[in-house]
Amino acid sequence: MSAPRVDGLPQQHGSPTQQMPLVAPRSAFAHDWTRIARMGSIAAFGQVFIALSNMPVRLDERLIIKPVLSLGYLVLLILPFAAGYRQGHQIRREGVPTYSPGLNEVVGGFLCGALAGAGLSLLTILLTHFDLRDPLVNWSPMLLNLLSFDNSSWFGGVIWLAIGAAMGTAGGLLRLVGPTSRRATITIVLAVTGAAVLESVVVDLAEGLGLEPLTDRLYHRRGGINWNSALGLAGLCGLLAVTGQGRLRQAKSFHAQLQGKQRTQANGGLIILTATLLIVLPLFLGKLTNELLANVGLFVLLALGLNIVVGLAGILDLGYVAFFAVGSYTAAVLTSATSSRITPEIPWLAALIVVVILTGLVGLFIGAPVIRMRGDYLAIVTLGFGEIIRLLFLSDWLSGWFGGAQGFTKIPAAGIFGLTEVDGTDPRRVFYLVLAFCALAIYVSWRLERSRLGRAWMAVREDETVAEAMGINTVNIKLLAFVVGAMLGSLSGAIFAAKVGSVFPSSFQILVSIVILVVVIFGGMGNIVGVIAGAAVLIGVLGGPKQPGLLAEFAEFKLLIYGALLIWMMLAKPEGLIPNVRRTRELHHHEMAQDAWLQGQPPRR
Amino acid sequence: MTTQTTLTEAMPTAILETRNLSVSFGGLHALEELDMQVSQGEIVSVIGPNGAGKTTLFNAITATVDISAGDILFEGQSVRGLDPNKVTTRGIARTFQNVRLFANMSVLENVMVSQHCRTKQHAFGALLYTKAFRREEAEIRQRATEILSFFGTRLIGYRMDQPAFSLSYANRRRLEIARAMATQPKLILLDEPVAGMNPVETAELTGMIRRLRDEWGFAIIVIEHDMGVVREVSDRVVVLDHGVKIAEGSYEQVSKNSQVIEAYLGKGVPEK
Amino acid sequence: MSQPGVLSRKAPRTGVSKTGVDWFLTVMRVATLTLICVGLLAFIAQEINTNNPFARWANPDATGLTGEQFWGLIVSGVSQGAMYGLIALGYSMVYGVLGFINFAHGEVFMVGAMTGMITSNKLADAGLWESNFVGSLVFIIVISILVCALTAVIMERVAYRPLRGSPRLIPLITSIGVSFFLQNASVVLLGPGAKSYPNVPDWVKSKHTFLEIEGARILVILVAAVSMICLWYFVERTKTGKAMRAVAEDAEIAELMGINVNRTIVKVFALGGAMAGMAGILWGILFRSVIHTTGFLPGIKAFSAAVVGGIGHLGGAMAGGLSIGVAESVGPLVILEPLGVSGVSQLRDAVAFAVLIGVLLLRPSGLFGERLPAEDRT
Repeated sequence: MSAPRVDGLPQQHGSPTQQMPLVAPRSAFAHDWTRIARMGSIAAFGQVFIALSNMPVRLDERLIIKPVLSLGYLVLLILPFAAGYRQGHQIRREGVPTYSPGLNEVVGGFLCGALAGAGLSLLTILLTHFDLRDPLVNWSPMLLNLLSFDNSSWFGGVIWLAIGAAMGTAGGLLRLVGPTSRRATITIVLAVTGAAVLESVVVDLAEGLGLEPLTDRLYHRRGGINWNSALGLAGLCGLLAVTGQGRLRQAKSFHAQLQGKQRTQANGGLIILTATLLIVLPLFLGKLTNELLANVGLFVLLALGLNIVVGLAGILDLGYVAFFAVGSYTAAVLTSATSSRITPEIPWLAALIVVVILTGLVGLFIGAPVIRMRGDYLAIVTLGFGEIIRLLFLSDWLSGWFGGAQGFTKIPAAGIFGLTEVDGTDPRRVFYLVLAFCALAIYVSWRLERSRLGRAWMAVREDETVAEAMGINTVNIKLLAFVVGAMLGSLSGAIFAAKVGSVFPSSFQILVSIVILVVVIFGGMGNIVGVIAGAAVLIGVLGGPKQPGLLAEFAEFKLLIYGALLIWMMLAKPEGLIPNVRRTRELHHHEMAQDAWLQGQPPRR
Repeated sequence: MTTQTTLTEAMPTAILETRNLSVSFGGLHALEELDMQVSQGEIVSVIGPNGAGKTTLFNAITATVDISAGDILFEGQSVRGLDPNKVTTRGIARTFQNVRLFANMSVLENVMVSQHCRTKQHAFGALLYTKAFRREEAEIRQRATEILSFFGTRLIGYRMDQPAFSLSYANRRRLEIARAMATQPKLILLDEPVAGMNPVETAELTGMIRRLRDEWGFAIIVIEHDMGVVREVSDRVVVLDHGVKIAEGSYEQVSKNSQVIEAYLGKGVPEK
Repeated sequence: MSQPGVLSRKAPRTGVSKTGVDWFLTVMRVATLTLICVGLLAFIAQEINTNNPFARWANPDATGLTGEQFWGLIVSGVSQGAMYGLIALGYSMVYGVLGFINFAHGEVFMVGAMTGMITSNKLADAGLWESNFVGSLVFIIVISILVCALTAVIMERVAYRPLRGSPRLIPLITSIGVSFFLQNASVVLLGPGAKSYPNVPDWVKSKHTFLEIEGARILVILVAAVSMICLWYFVERTKTGKAMRAVAEDAEIAELMGINVNRTIVKVFALGGAMAGMAGILWGILFRSVIHTTGFLPGIKAFSAAVVGGIGHLGGAMAGGLSIGVAESVGPLVILEPLGVSGVSQLRDAVAFAVLIGVLLLRPSGLFGERLPAEDRT
């Protein structure tokens, strides 16, 4: 990897290795055959797994481009393409020539794709001749119909082989084209799928703004983009990508070069713009989209809290859901009349103060025993605490207070100074409430990060022993991060209770913690913008543990995807989508040491 | 235990005193009944062959290893049983033998974070962005810049905002010292400050160790293998071997001591 | 925060002064021990005579346990614990060699139980399950061991090997991802519902005159003991086992001594997977039902067992498993019930976690001391 750029300063270390000149392309058939076989068979297994997971059948109803392409088929096209593209990748080593791409990549892509397609072909043929429906629930005629295009299985088999080979070749071809066309292609693909995925939001917004004619033209009545609009959109995006090439980067570097007051002004302008958009847009949006936004907001709040713990202080807390649960339950107990032991029925805002203080105390109670443990033990023990708390809420023993498995129902709406009442019936109000608290959380994270405490957290994350030797009370400072994180999580819990109107122990399973962790890691640990973007993309598109996202069809696959995403992120991009510069360096520590070694400089400790 | 000079007893104001200090790991005695004193404004060198227990002594003073017997008094009060951060807060700072910076934090931040124990603005100050908070932040920054400019132009200017890992080896060593200074100590422990440096850098740093005492008033304990540096800087030299103090005194006294020579060079084979 | 100068003389033994956190922990330790002692005393009082005042004060509704019930609890705890122990071996070995928690190991156990479910149902369809139960059992154990070893090896190759040498928490997070993936892969491939094993012969289900234990539980304990002995022999006596121990001691040096570290690590994963597969089948025979979340709780408890026994220590893993099993089976009824906590059987998982937390608080290196890779020792 290339070293992260330190703004405007000369690089001393870990600079990108010098580019060797490209040498002539390899001959078309001089392949690393094991590599092709490996990539092809991985793709083939992936294809069969996707087919058997029922994803294609379930997603077939969701159309991307009206008559030709459904999401179901789309998921079967990605892997051969990716394999074809990936096999053309050359590892650039110093002193080893890099071949300029040529026919070799295309042939390689073709072979990889064909192998991937062969997996599906085989499955199609097997589907007709064997019945494995007993263990594999999706071994069904529906899948066979989809795979054989309602034709004979042999026909389907041949077609899949051809499709795989074609996609693989396309992947290989992408290596040949210049960066401009590559970017244009990627932009077009992303724009068209993006437009299809965001269909409901776009339609909703257009309705609010009175722009129905536009969306009527773009989308088909029963979902999916019209064939000709897709072409139009593709042309438009291609044009934009070619003409606008580098503009974004220019703007970015312009922003990076701003100094002092100008920079503050630019940032302020950006923030005001975003805030205005976030405040104005929901007015034009319908109930469903606002509901979605409110859910995203709840998770942004949770993720911001976890970000302080994981991203800033480097403590892996797997039981974060405990604080969400404590927040929800405390708010429920204090405001609702359901509990048989205590029913103070105080207003929501007053309850919120108790919620925050109490969750802070719970954070202290959980944090104190675990904070000295080794990082990985801490992770498992916090997970244990998270589960204990859920079990206590669930138990008959405490059901007098917390309602046991029945939980709480009829939690009153959250009244805000008598101005308005916020509950689930009007998601727009929920969204505004969440937005306000998110703003608070962002402010808290931002201010703390740039204070003496933030620096101490960083130091603890870097090297705990040295931080201790430099006079930082590591136990207290870590505990503080834990408690602040807990308090932010409890805010989300309290809003959740008012929004849903009922809380059950089943809403607070460990998987909620894991989903929040995926959100934080996906977005970029330690980076506020990254975390927000991560939540918006993941929760918005795929949905939360129990909340539907834009791709509601993905409901049964989203946890699978979260798992796969977590593995992939850790392997490929542990710093996340929008990384924190420092974090990136920490995570790629050994690679940079290697770079330095290659350049004959002493490795850093 | 032969060269127990009267020098130590005569010192009026001992800032650090170890009494019968012993550290053992399992059956291994890393330090045995060590008595030593450091006075206000004094530079003491600790020398000895590898494995003599020098770094263990530092670790014991800064509470990173457990003491098995004896006591350590800092300004007349025991620091035994304190957390390492409390020891630092009392006024003992150290550097590490294998430079351990906060590699991904900037040079300035490295020095700023080390003032943690001398500052007190807490979360509320930061959240409300109070006047006191802003003043303290400005002070921290100001002091950090002052400390960095002690090293001439090497660590200030554009380097202040660079990550610590991008510094050259010698600059990392300097930054470690700056970081120790930032904790506002009364006693600094330098663990092989010139190891791995070239002669020019060594000479520069030797002068700096003296200036640290003269200009900033720190008492200093130095572990060093470079005898030139030891001769230059030390008011007094303590020699350890196998965890036992075998000699103490001025550089000249110590360098003529037969036990010291034996510890370094081995017992001379009697000539036949 | 207390004044350190005053206290330091009082606490000369440790290198740690008493801070607020320490006081809090001391209070918690004392409270926990008091709770356990009072619970035990109340239990003993209620066993002697439910009418004595102490017993009535603690829990007026207490009925006490009959000797038979108590024995039943112990036996179920031991057999459950034996399974935890088998799973714990995998955690322990991997931690010993690579120094990270393979969170997905519990899912390997689930894969074993699922494999057993599929094969045994196929065998039952073919009529072999009833006609030759023991043979079928051996068959499904072999299949499950193979599948699980393969799963573990693939897992290592795909998710963990590329991450060797990265910060310690990175592979842990990855393994959480793997665990999530395997669980949900089971949902999408095999369906979300609970699936049952075929019926087992009467001698497995019914209690035997021998100490009044169910056949299945005897089977579990026997099989666990045999696998434990085999594993011990393998690790201590064979060349591969020696290589494993060498890699656990210091991978870099082992490499220099001509040991193929990658291959050894693969073998460690395979071995751990095999043990988990065995445990999966035993689980299936004992409970005859399996669902995609089957692996989660036993996985965490098995990890606790590994920690309780001292991670990296094979005998310790088994001992830890047995302690956790007995604690979660006996604990709620012997300590919580006498104190008037209702619905205690729901709290058995909480008790298992509490044991983990307690051990980490009181004796972080476990009962038998941990054996860690060189760089993890401090």
